[in-house]
Amino acid sequence: MAFAIPKETFSGKVFEVTIGTDRTAVFGGENVLPFHAFEGSVPHRPVIAYEVQDIVPDDWPETVKKVYESVSGDPVTWAKYCQDTLNAKAIALRLLSTHPDRENRSPEDAAKTVKDVLAAINVPLIILGSNHVEKDSSVLVAVSEAAKDKNCIIGKAQEGNYKTIAAAAMANNHKLIAMSELDINLSKQLNILITQMGFDKEKLITDPMCSALGYGLEYTYSVMERIRLAALTQNDATMQPPMLADVGMYVWKIKETQASESELPLWGSLAERGITWEATTAASLLMSGAELLIMRHPEAVKAVEKFIDELM
Amino acid sequence: MALTGVEIFKLLPKTNCKKCGHPTCLAFAMKLAQRQASLDACPDVSDEAKRILGEASAPPIRPITLGAGDKAVKMGEETVLFRHEKKFVNPCAFAVEIKDSMSDDEINKIVDDVLNSEIDRVGQKLRIDAIFVSNASNDAGRFEGVVKSIASKAPAVPLIIATNNPAAADAAVKAVADKKPLLYGADESNAEAMANIAKTYKASLGVTAKGLDALSALTEKIKGLGVEDIVIDSGARSAKEILEANTYIRRAAIKKNFKALGYPVITFVQRDDKMLETLVAALGVTKYASIVVLSSIEKWKNLALFTLRQNIYTDPQVPMQVEQKIYKIGEPTPESPLTITTNFSLTYFIVSGEIENSKVPCRLAVMDCEGLSVLTAWAAGKFTASKIAQFIQESGIENEIKHKELIIPGYVAILSGAIEDKLPGWKVTVGPREANGLPAFLRSKA
Repeated sequence: MAFAIPKETFSGKVFEVTIGTDRTAVFGGENVLPFHAFEGSVPHRPVIAYEVQDIVPDDWPETVKKVYESVSGDPVTWAKYCQDTLNAKAIALRLLSTHPDRENRSPEDAAKTVKDVLAAINVPLIILGSNHVEKDSSVLVAVSEAAKDKNCIIGKAQEGNYKTIAAAAMANNHKLIAMSELDINLSKQLNILITQMGFDKEKLITDPMCSALGYGLEYTYSVMERIRLAALTQNDATMQPPMLADVGMYVWKIKETQASESELPLWGSLAERGITWEATTAASLLMSGAELLIMRHPEAVKAVEKFIDELM
Repeated sequence: MALTGVEIFKLLPKTNCKKCGHPTCLAFAMKLAQRQASLDACPDVSDEAKRILGEASAPPIRPITLGAGDKAVKMGEETVLFRHEKKFVNPCAFAVEIKDSMSDDEINKIVDDVLNSEIDRVGQKLRIDAIFVSNASNDAGRFEGVVKSIASKAPAVPLIIATNNPAAADAAVKAVADKKPLLYGADESNAEAMANIAKTYKASLGVTAKGLDALSALTEKIKGLGVEDIVIDSGARSAKEILEANTYIRRAAIKKNFKALGYPVITFVQRDDKMLETLVAALGVTKYASIVVLSSIEKWKNLALFTLRQNIYTDPQVPMQVEQKIYKIGEPTPESPLTITTNFSLTYFIVSGEIENSKVPCRLAVMDCEGLSVLTAWAAGKFTASKIAQFIQESGIENEIKHKELIIPGYVAILSGAIEDKLPGWKVTVGPREANGLPAFLRSKA
């Protein structure tokens, strides 16, 4: 029996997305499964953005909090540190302070923060709300305007607030994250609703909702795999935007990244465990189709970049 | 390719003798077609039928068992490329490499670490499954000695004997033949000798060649020499090569029924950079390795890899729900707090994990909301005040506890008044919105 290479080529292709204006970042564009360059084209490596918050990250576990101790008091300093010292290719600014249960800061305050951060960096910016459906719909409108024409990513638009957010992203020339909860059909439906408003489908980024290793990773993994297969095999344009894995915020709240070794000796060193948890979650989701990652720990980012080097 | 139940039925004795444990030959045939029964159960089947059925029913990836006894690991038998299609069958084995050039102390330390690697996670016992002993010293005597000493120190742990020197292989495999080791391996230069050793000691054989063409030719040759329990290595070592080779092997076996590559795959990920090694191992777990060979087994690395393997090999068709009941976490007394959440399995895992984390013994009422999370269930009208009240009343919990206080998730704070109206005498307390707020919340109550 002679071996015949079982190559698979597809009619569909993931949209290529460029963000930023000064230094830009490009991701997506492949016409094969993740890193399958042996049977098609994988023009860009995935992009990893460093997460920055607009308030001191008191609730982050020690392992990752202490990395940013000297800069996390101010989002501008923090963002510059990520860009200049950590060589971040993109920054993801999470406007957590706008959440009604947190400081409940106003959309105007958020817009000012965004302007300040934009003035200080030249890498692309991802602007994230606090994931409060009502509040985000005012905050993300204000920050879209504040960042007009800077070609940012605005997120996240959800079923309950996509109309105002998508309209603002469209009017101000931004890309948009569409997030739904771990279901390929919901994800498709939201992308359709947003494009029906006249939003360009090639400016969307799909967030099928992330989960951490051990806490539902398999759901995110399979939803991503199914979305990618639909994009490639069925040439389904509503499934062809690149995908986001918002890794850091899901990983750095679970027990495995917080419980000390003295408490759970079988789990080994806490610092390495936390970093590995973030890196392994990210690496697994790269294998299922994520092209844009938001991460927190520089060592985890470094490990994932090396992993991508080996895969490309 | 696979036969249908009716096609199989035609080959059976049609006596309906029930010796196979099924009421009729047709019922047995149907079970065979679904691969839920083995033809061995039929005492009267003809040799001809055995041959035809054997060929047709052979799984696209041959089942191989690594080791013997309680800790033996089943490999192969996979049927799909993507886990959403159907459950990945046999979780990959993690093996750690021990070089016989290491000092005895170093070797003993690794063996101890393997023996102590077992972790219980969500009811499953997970561990480093095997030891890969390599003949780095090139000294056959040293190799045999190290293999023997590992086998006596860790008698139940499956062994992979790694050498391409037939003389060294013969002595080492002979010493541990009763443990059904995997001999790795055979290459183009030593195939006959290695196949002979594998046959003599009934060991399975790791076969290695550069590239899939050469590998297919070599497995065919070795099969011709009478060894069928084969594990394959394509020579891929970088992440890029591993992804390509493992993808092509799995596709060829599953989609093309290409028998020459229809064997479990052994993937080598050893690196100096342990963090990177973990990620390449993760690639092995997600992309079709049956054995992943590691250079080290730090506890943090094991935990991440065990968890990933468990996630990837979970059955995607089992509803994501847990049983409706009141779970005890820790050893709650009648005074311990009572909390409630929905029966989405992830919600349950996260909430119960955080309660455990708090070290405060608790009762956790898990309500059947058709596997929806708290907010979704509330929005869908499945986690409402009247349904919660009904569940609490019918659960009989009032007879077990000495207080009448129910802690509800912060996301459904809006329900607290309505629940109190419907549960006379009860006090409803609003807990944190996210489960990770539970430890602080519960400790402050205790």
